[in-house]
Amino acid sequence: MTPAARLREVSHRYGRMLALNGISLDIAAGRVTGLIGPDGVGKSTLLGLVAGAKRLQDGGLEVLDGDMADARHRQSICPRIAFMPQGLGKNLYPELSVRENIDFFGRLFGHARRERGARIEELLASTGLAPFGNRLARQLSGGMRQKLGLCCALIHDPDLLILDEPTTGVDPLSRRQFWQLIERMRARRAGISILVATAYMEEAERFDSLIAMNDGKVLAIGAPAELKAKTGGVSVEEAFIRLLPESVRAEHHELEIPPRTAFDHESVIVARGLTRRFGDFVAVDHVDFDIERGEIFGFLGSNGCGKTTTMKMLTGLLPASDGSATLFGQRIDASDMSLRARVGYMSQSFSLYTELTVRQNLDLHARLFHLAAGDARLRVAALIEQFGLGEHVDQLAESLPLGIRQRLSLAVAIVHRPDLLILDEPTSGVDPLARDRFWELLVDLSRREGVTIFVSTHFMNEAARCDRISLMHAGGVLATGAPAALMEQRGARDLEEAFVGFLEEAAAEAGAPRAGDLVVVLPPADSHPEPSPSSSFSGRRMLAYALREALELARDPVRLAFALLGTAFLMLVFGFGISTDVNSLTFAVLDRDNSFESRAWLEELRGSPYFIEQPPITDAADLQDRLKQGKTMVTVELPPGFGRDLRRGRPAEIGVWIDGAMPFRAETIRGYLEGLHLQYLADRAIHGHVPSAAASGGADIAVRFRYNQHFDSVYAMVPIMIALLLALIPAILMALSIVREKELGSIVNLYVTPVTRLEFLLGKQIPYVVVAFIAFVMMFLMALFVFQVPLKGSFALLALGALVYVMATTAYGRVISTFTGSQIAALFGTAILTVLPATMFAGMMVPVSSTTGAGALMGRLFPMTYFVPISVGTFTKGLGFADLSGNLLALLAFVPALTVLSLVLLPSQER
Amino acid sequence: MRTLATIFWLSTKELRSFFRDWVLFGLVIYSFSLAIIAQAQSNTQELSNASIAYVDEDRSELSRRIVRAFLPPYFRPPVAVELGEVDHLMNTGQFTFVIDIPPHFERDILNGRMPTLQVAVDATAMVQAGIGAGYAQEIVQTEVQDFVRRRSGAPPPPVNLAIRIAFNPNVTTAWFTSVMGIMNSVTMLAIILAGAAVVREREHGTMDHLLAMPVTPFEITMSKILANALVITVAVGLSLYLVVGQLLAVPIAGSVPLFMVGVVLYLFFATAIGIFLATIARTMPQLGLMFILVAVPLNLLSGSNTPLESMPTWLRTVMQASPSTHFVSFAQAILYRGAGIDVVWREYLAVAAMAALFLGLGLLRFRSVAVQSS
Repeated sequence: MTPAARLREVSHRYGRMLALNGISLDIAAGRVTGLIGPDGVGKSTLLGLVAGAKRLQDGGLEVLDGDMADARHRQSICPRIAFMPQGLGKNLYPELSVRENIDFFGRLFGHARRERGARIEELLASTGLAPFGNRLARQLSGGMRQKLGLCCALIHDPDLLILDEPTTGVDPLSRRQFWQLIERMRARRAGISILVATAYMEEAERFDSLIAMNDGKVLAIGAPAELKAKTGGVSVEEAFIRLLPESVRAEHHELEIPPRTAFDHESVIVARGLTRRFGDFVAVDHVDFDIERGEIFGFLGSNGCGKTTTMKMLTGLLPASDGSATLFGQRIDASDMSLRARVGYMSQSFSLYTELTVRQNLDLHARLFHLAAGDARLRVAALIEQFGLGEHVDQLAESLPLGIRQRLSLAVAIVHRPDLLILDEPTSGVDPLARDRFWELLVDLSRREGVTIFVSTHFMNEAARCDRISLMHAGGVLATGAPAALMEQRGARDLEEAFVGFLEEAAAEAGAPRAGDLVVVLPPADSHPEPSPSSSFSGRRMLAYALREALELARDPVRLAFALLGTAFLMLVFGFGISTDVNSLTFAVLDRDNSFESRAWLEELRGSPYFIEQPPITDAADLQDRLKQGKTMVTVELPPGFGRDLRRGRPAEIGVWIDGAMPFRAETIRGYLEGLHLQYLADRAIHGHVPSAAASGGADIAVRFRYNQHFDSVYAMVPIMIALLLALIPAILMALSIVREKELGSIVNLYVTPVTRLEFLLGKQIPYVVVAFIAFVMMFLMALFVFQVPLKGSFALLALGALVYVMATTAYGRVISTFTGSQIAALFGTAILTVLPATMFAGMMVPVSSTTGAGALMGRLFPMTYFVPISVGTFTKGLGFADLSGNLLALLAFVPALTVLSLVLLPSQER
Repeated sequence: MRTLATIFWLSTKELRSFFRDWVLFGLVIYSFSLAIIAQAQSNTQELSNASIAYVDEDRSELSRRIVRAFLPPYFRPPVAVELGEVDHLMNTGQFTFVIDIPPHFERDILNGRMPTLQVAVDATAMVQAGIGAGYAQEIVQTEVQDFVRRRSGAPPPPVNLAIRIAFNPNVTTAWFTSVMGIMNSVTMLAIILAGAAVVREREHGTMDHLLAMPVTPFEITMSKILANALVITVAVGLSLYLVVGQLLAVPIAGSVPLFMVGVVLYLFFATAIGIFLATIARTMPQLGLMFILVAVPLNLLSGSNTPLESMPTWLRTVMQASPSTHFVSFAQAILYRGAGIDVVWREYLAVAAMAALFLGLGLLRFRSVAVQSS
């Protein structure tokens, strides 16, 4: 039998870091192969390469009898591989229900509706998820999420199943059920090859073959028994530690925990009926415990069972909904600073500033706990010594290996010599050796310094080291006691078995359904869905993505509200607020002449609807002051003797000052005043004061404001605002959509399922085009009824233009989304790349025909430039197809051009 | 004293974090240099390069003089078109202005028959249409009068209107837009930096950690405000001196220190609103979306783009509550009109009051929200 996968000298780099270092091995077909080793040794990279999610950089890799460097081979074997990435439900969609998730994968693999339905029911029944078919994936517990992941992976009958740490962070019962499920599936479906990575060495005992890895290299390959025999270890964990190079092992020695000697039965933490609710959800349900001074108290349970919430209540971060808790006999009060000074807390996520160095982190925390400068220096030096941080002192925290980071976190948490330490899963993800080293420090603190330690974990062997433990499940405590006592109580061989016993008891009491038997028929192996030539375009897969994106959008009220209400809000505010009609202009007069003639001139000004008169100016200083304070925009000064000069036919001059702080306003005022003055001269001419030719100049200039006779800016601005908002908001929504998948990890489905990039890109775009079009209709109605701007041209033409336009603007956002790496970068990238061209160069204030240089180029490459004429043209100018077809065609050209650009920028595999 | 020490140490941490984040650092540099220059040079508010065409049905000396009088930088060189084309050319937006000189125009002028010259204006090009129409009228009128005067020797008009523009004699838009660009950048960055600093701590879980120490929300908030305000104040100072003063050569009439006091006050407001938004947003993207809903109207309606006087009364009243409006107002007063504290103290007071309000709201929400959503 040929191996399922064959690696030859495979290396992989991330920047300068070497993740895989020349690995050569075969993965046998039809067996379970386990990959063991701590975090960060290259397990996930190896799995990603075999699954085809990562691009092969160096070396040879054959999977299912073909070269993975060959894109055609990858496409053709896609339907035969299933990949579950690391992280609970990482490739699932949290906003979709259980059934919708499986259905989505079924569509991707081209199953017809009936077949999908049947398979979904089978899978749900066999995994015990049937009663939860309509629950959203994000509401599932870790164990259920992993079962769902398995359903999604199995729906297309893969020949090779790749599981990356499928049980990390899952409770022991669910973990056991998960492996039972895999076992039964193998029994039915002989010949399936399974490649699995795990951090639990106990699990590795039951695999057919193991690959032990460290530091990007393979340490050993063989069946568990072979490895143990070779090293003389009694367990896989021991065997693994013995396989490690001498230099790493040197520091390691068996952890010994001296018994607690000084028993003063003073309770440091007392909780009674402690409860916390988030809405309807009860996170912690009437929890009681007493923890004594100097005790190491373990808190054991799966992800999401309420451990973290309980700890946050004890630190005062979260108020309790019910019940009480005291520390050192004092009630917990968030504002009590003296209590906080006695507690050290290490939160689940590393409570370090990764952008600071080791020393800066320690210094900062010493300062925040108000250690005196001299004391702080000594204390920091002592901790660096005690925790073995000497060689890392000036390194940034982010560049430290995980194990050392955890040590630093602990050092930071005890910098102020607390009496109580609360540690939330301090060792998750840390390799066995580093974990032992960490525990040495904890034991030291407890036994030598009498520090009480409250620590949560999901590792059974760590729990076994505690003086006492509480088993926690679904918000409640199942049992509390010394580890040995608990094992005795259940008659169990080890702590895990005891925990499973308690869990089963609780489940039976709650009447929860147990995992059903795998009734499944996983259909005969030859019933693969017709191997559609997978490189060709499939409407079904595109619609699968469109449907999924639409469901997600519908369930995200914030994004949807932003898209519709936000648009309406901005439309309202800008429609009223952005106006170029200049009026309510203030002026004041210094009339030094006060004659009939001067008043005649002023009458002209006072009669203007644009100007508002303020109290007269008293003198020259006042004139200066008025302008300086900005209250008066125009001052008019008529010189003494104005009337006399005029009567005698001598030239007279009126002095006007305009506030030039806002140039546009100043220019407009100048225009108004010159118009008024011409009018005045004409009036004088008619009244016969001056010869006519000289006054009027002899020409009549008729200014015709076309399309907008009253020259009212609302008729231009409202259609332009529609264009502006349809440029900004759809682009921003779309920009988040792809980068979001990158951040959450579900982008991996693009890499490992048969969906092509084009189907992915178009499928995701469809819902946003629909939403943007709804926003358009909404703004159109607002224009008609709120702003009273009538539509003079054809609605069909405007709607067609808007449709093509939103296709172009969403495609614009999509391009940005394909090359940015984080949601925040996509958001601000889009803001910067749309706001400037949209407000400056696309014809909002200045016609495109007047822009030059770089601005003109930016404008011409921005879709809004071509929609502004369509919007303004149909609304205000009443234009038809003949005049607007050029713009429509230009818009149309953006859609394929931007799509091709996205295709080029979107990788088909991860680096 | 302890509070001050805590704020001081937390602020140094903020500054260290800021200088490690190259993206944000780059954003600040861009916003106070290139973005300002681009806005200053984009000439949105004056008549420049207006596209103009003419139909010369007269073909006389006067008609040629009129056409030649439309000069850059206000107008592009006029293009000769046929009468029949005018509608289509204007419909497709190729020209904003078209002047039509009727047959026998020159002859009719000289005979005193008051012929009508038509200026067609695309009234949907709002900014240029109004100002440009005025310019066009003035240019034609001047040409005609000169022409008539030269032929007939008539006297100049008896009353001359001498219009002078205070504080900006040549009505250079760059003077205005560059300073308004600074205000836009200040609003944008202060909200992003302060808001992102809070959300980032929450997403990284370090906020929990801080709140479990003897550190109060007030101290955390103040440290973020101080650190970010310091960064932006320095950036504004440099931008005002190097970009606005040196590169764009905008003369500054008033006292720069007085203006910087206003900038600091405004920064307190903007960072406080950033922190307030961060207590509402659960994630960075939500913060981003909210930022757009808040910052864009704050900027566009502050009077920095279009005159406040042209807004409806209710909106103008609402915008009186916005510190961005006051910022524009005191920036104009100090930098252009050379106003002193006696003129701007009310504006300062209003900004400070709004800053205190949002700081209070942010603190009120801070503790509950900071922990729950992590």
